[in-house]
Amino acid sequence: MDGEPMEYFIQQTVNGITLGSIYGMIAIGYTMVYGIIGMINFAHGDIFMLGAFAALITFLVLTGLVAGFPVVAALIVMMAVAILMASLWNWTIERIAYRPLRGSFRLAPLITAIGMSIVLSNFIQVTQGPRNKPIPQLVSEVYDVFGISISLKQILIVIITVVMMTAFWYLVNRTSLGRAQRATEQDRKMAALLGVDVDRTISITFIMGAALAAVAGTMYLMYYGVAVFTDGFTPGVKAFTAAVLGGIGSLPGALLGGLLIGLIESLWSAYFSIDYKDVATFSILAIVLIFKPSGILGRPEIEKV
Amino acid sequence: MTQPLLKVENAETYYGNIRALSGVDIEVQKGEIVCLIGANGAGKSTLMMTICGAQPARTGRIIFEGTDITRMPTHEIARLRIAQSPEGRRIFQRMTVTENLQMGASLDKLAYYKEDVEKMFTLFPRLKERQHQRAGTLSGGEQQMLSIARALMARPKLLLLDEPSLGLAPLIIKQIFEAIRVLNKETALTVFLVEQNAFAALKLSDRGYVMVNGRVTMSGPSKELLANPEVRAAYLEGGHH
Ligand SMILES: Nc1ncnc2c1ncn2[C@@H]1O[C@H](COP(=O)(O)OP(=O)(O)O)[C@@H](O)[C@H]1O
Ligand SMILES: [Mg+2]
Repeated sequence: MDGEPMEYFIQQTVNGITLGSIYGMIAIGYTMVYGIIGMINFAHGDIFMLGAFAALITFLVLTGLVAGFPVVAALIVMMAVAILMASLWNWTIERIAYRPLRGSFRLAPLITAIGMSIVLSNFIQVTQGPRNKPIPQLVSEVYDVFGISISLKQILIVIITVVMMTAFWYLVNRTSLGRAQRATEQDRKMAALLGVDVDRTISITFIMGAALAAVAGTMYLMYYGVAVFTDGFTPGVKAFTAAVLGGIGSLPGALLGGLLIGLIESLWSAYFSIDYKDVATFSILAIVLIFKPSGILGRPEIEKV
Repeated sequence: MTQPLLKVENAETYYGNIRALSGVDIEVQKGEIVCLIGANGAGKSTLMMTICGAQPARTGRIIFEGTDITRMPTHEIARLRIAQSPEGRRIFQRMTVTENLQMGASLDKLAYYKEDVEKMFTLFPRLKERQHQRAGTLSGGEQQMLSIARALMARPKLLLLDEPSLGLAPLIIKQIFEAIRVLNKETALTVFLVEQNAFAALKLSDRGYVMVNGRVTMSGPSKELLANPEVRAAYLEGGHH
């Protein structure tokens, strides 16, 4: 351990918040889809991974075409391409794999979702190779703030998370699209009786979740500098856990759950054994669910009618 | 007679293999209040959902303003301005009263929202007091008013009301029926009303249909149905008035 104990603690907290922001952004996609169609889109983690790869390939193409492409512009283009690709995939998956099963027994779409997850990760494994794919450090500035080192990457991740979350909050709570989404979530048939195109609204929800996952994927790539096809599983499961911990179906819950898991991981690794960080995460999940089965900000199931 | 606003022709609707509607024929003319009475389980709510495409007819046709809407998706039927206040009210519990009304007005992208919401508040002053409240916290009567107001916010050509009096106190029922009467008189709103409260429904409406086990067994001017001994025996005597 280096430095003062307090500074070390704050340092790990900063790291945890950064990681937690990424988990939170992915978790939104799980929670929104669950809210509107009551299913866990197990392929969502792979959509995140796909977003990271789309960003990576875009980066390689950009730097291959133009030497010294400005970093900010590169990041924006990477994010845009990642959003486009991830949205397209998630939209397609919903159309071809989930929608035909709507109204069938509950396990059917779940099994299909696991299948889609395998399809996506195998696709990336085959086309991009099984090993870590690195990119050079995009943003390397590190600031020293009262003895705590905060990297520009971390600041960017937190700012982008705040911006995305604010935009999402506004979209869901203050626009007619968001109102239609919430109506569909509460009573699909009634929403249709009021003129809401339910299928379209569900498609848009998949696109919105994918867009956030793609932003998270780009941030993850920038932060760690590598992408690998298994990324859909590891951070994917963490984000899913975050959604459950925060209360599945709740948008603020997803962010809160993400931040908590980021912090638990980071602090546990700092003070205890890094090998057991996942055990710690899932133990805390189990404890929370024993006392509050619907998650921290989740609604009790009875209200769902 | 002019072309009816709504025409249900020989409609048969199934839940799986169970037939809930058997050869139903119904007509609603523009500006009329038409009621459908019948015992619990007769198929009244099924007919409402069949008209809206939410439980489509397997055979037969639903014609609205001359257009065949039998196979049209529910949201497109709504866009033709058929609005329903369904059985059980189905308000959005976790939205505010205002948001529920906005949902009703979403067909016109809230273009007439301000103007129309004032009309609703005049019709149902209770909703004005409760506009910022979560709809789930309203009383049963208030929820029913909200459900009707939400349907009216769509500026419907045809308003479908499924048991608006269910579970409500007599005074509230009177208010709601009075509101329907006023709307019909003042704006020529066409209403198709389903009721178990046969007396009140027949008093309010111009014409009525009686449904038994998924079939229309009787129809005619409401005054005649009110006087009909069979109707009186089955639906009015020992009942609601
Ligand atoms: N979702 C459903 N699934 C299966 N049967 C249903 C369903 N809804 C209604 N039914 C059946 O259809 C018949 C007509 O019901 P309904 O239209 O609700 O009658 P009403 O509104 O006149 O009380 C009843 O026998 C009822 O049990
Ligand atoms: Mg009914």
